[in-house]
Amino acid sequence: MLRKYLDKIKPNFMPGGKLQAFRSVFDGFETFLYTPKSTSTSGVHVHDAIDSKRVMIIVVLALIPCLLFGMYNAGYQNALCSGAEMTHWEMFLYGFLAILPKLVVTYVVGLGIEFIVAQKRGEEIQEGFLVTGILVPLICPITTPLWMLAVATAFSVIFVKEVFGGTGYNIFNVALVTRAFLFFAYPAKMSGDSAFIPNEPICGLGGTVTYADGVSGATPLGQISTGAQQITDAIGDPVSTWDAFLGLIPGSFGETSTLCILIGAALLLLTGIASWRIMLSVFAGGLVMGFIANTFPSELYPASMLSPVDQLVYGGFAFAAVFMATDPVTAARTATGKYIYGFLVGVIAILIRVYNTGYPEGAMLAVLLMNAFAPLIDYCVVQTNISRRLRRLRDKA
Amino acid sequence: MAEKVSNKSVLFNPFSKNNPVIVQVLGICSVLAVTAKLEPAIVMGISVIAVLAFSNVIISLIRNTIPTNIRIIVQLVVVAGLVVIVNQLLMAYTYDVSKQLSVFIGLIITNCILMGRLEAFAMANKPWPSFLDGVGNGVGYAIILIIVAFFRELLGSGTLLGYQVVPQWCYEHGYVNNGLMILPPMALIVVGCIIWIHRSINKDLQDD
Repeated sequence: MLRKYLDKIKPNFMPGGKLQAFRSVFDGFETFLYTPKSTSTSGVHVHDAIDSKRVMIIVVLALIPCLLFGMYNAGYQNALCSGAEMTHWEMFLYGFLAILPKLVVTYVVGLGIEFIVAQKRGEEIQEGFLVTGILVPLICPITTPLWMLAVATAFSVIFVKEVFGGTGYNIFNVALVTRAFLFFAYPAKMSGDSAFIPNEPICGLGGTVTYADGVSGATPLGQISTGAQQITDAIGDPVSTWDAFLGLIPGSFGETSTLCILIGAALLLLTGIASWRIMLSVFAGGLVMGFIANTFPSELYPASMLSPVDQLVYGGFAFAAVFMATDPVTAARTATGKYIYGFLVGVIAILIRVYNTGYPEGAMLAVLLMNAFAPLIDYCVVQTNISRRLRRLRDKA
Repeated sequence: MAEKVSNKSVLFNPFSKNNPVIVQVLGICSVLAVTAKLEPAIVMGISVIAVLAFSNVIISLIRNTIPTNIRIIVQLVVVAGLVVIVNQLLMAYTYDVSKQLSVFIGLIITNCILMGRLEAFAMANKPWPSFLDGVGNGVGYAIILIIVAFFRELLGSGTLLGYQVVPQWCYEHGYVNNGLMILPPMALIVVGCIIWIHRSINKDLQDD
């Protein structure tokens, strides 16, 4: 039925039709809803059955557990801090209402820019923003004001993606640059005690959070970086590694639950969309660096007291490993390169977290830094391979 | 110089078509460093205009007596002398600004624009065109400096020349100054935007 409707309105958008100015928009929606029937007519083309729109949708599906859990956690944290009585469903609904405007703003701003650029260049709309748009709200603190989100999204879509040529040409991960922009431009809103817990009632749900004695919304890593001996939740009860694994702790919206991230990771790995090499080596790098730091604990660097496993479940490390480092556009392409790239992401993330006390979390900066180095890693791997094979040839001769 | 260039184009070309910063991409370092606020940017711009114009004249006057193999050293000595004078003047009359600019006044000596103009122009031209060339390039540099500083101070601090521009009710309604604007990377992006706009207006400057 939808197909028929699309076919009926299609002539309007073809060149000469009255709505041809919106051709790219129509094209985008049509190919989003249905896999294009047209096949290439000349030359040999090897096509996978799954095109990039389908890939994006699977990544979005993999993010759904994190999103749903984030909603519940937002409500849970608010109820915990404000003392408001909420059932589990109300907590969930509260989180849904808290995140919905952010998703809408990110998508409207990001897709709006993409549509305008695609139309101006006369290209098809590229689908990269489907994933970025859901990632951005997931990695930001829940209290981020909407206008900041809009400014940061616009900045990173224009300067990281479109100026380099659009989806597939960006050298940095767009969602992470959005987060980095927010982090550096508005530090007061992005960290500290009050950023990670929704503090106002929404539609009559939840309560107002007043940071009285004993209530602190600092994330576990935030607490550690200020020298806390015992990690606690917002009202002062201790938090175990298991709690952090399940995710009922303060943090950016979608990254708290390592369990949900692993569910998403399983989906990505089963469908073969994300590289297991990268994921594995990021975790390996994190464990190694966590182990090194923990072997030489120091009062100066409180985060070095954490056990290597704790390093992996707290903060955005797992989320960055599964969803950020594996971004196929900005990661290394060669198989060996992926191991090196992933390992260094893991190492640097923990390195920043432990030894730069100014930044409680380093996963974002680690991935961005390695994004910049990914082409260099690939180049070295390819050159090594070439020279090895040349040597083999010479030895034979 | 073989071709005859009119004094007018010597003075006005560096404003836009041959701007030292956005076309020749020289002197980027100081553009990143001194443009967080408008006031130091203006002072820096004026200092560079003065040093560039007078060093151009001096070098042009003695251009026939400078031995070729030590010409760079002679140029550096002249520039360094002028920079010291400017630095002393700033310390005497605008002490606060000179403290903000700190080493960057001294670093005018190593500014690529100066060496470039001395080598490319003053060594081969008469004093009066050299003076105009120095003023033109200095102004071209100052224009970019001021544009960048304008946006950085406005968006980063909400002020212009130290006066509050963004009204108070904006802050009360949740507006926050963009801290990234104060950091040097943003100066690079602003310069990039200026180049972007400039190139899309002057199509002949685009490389294919």
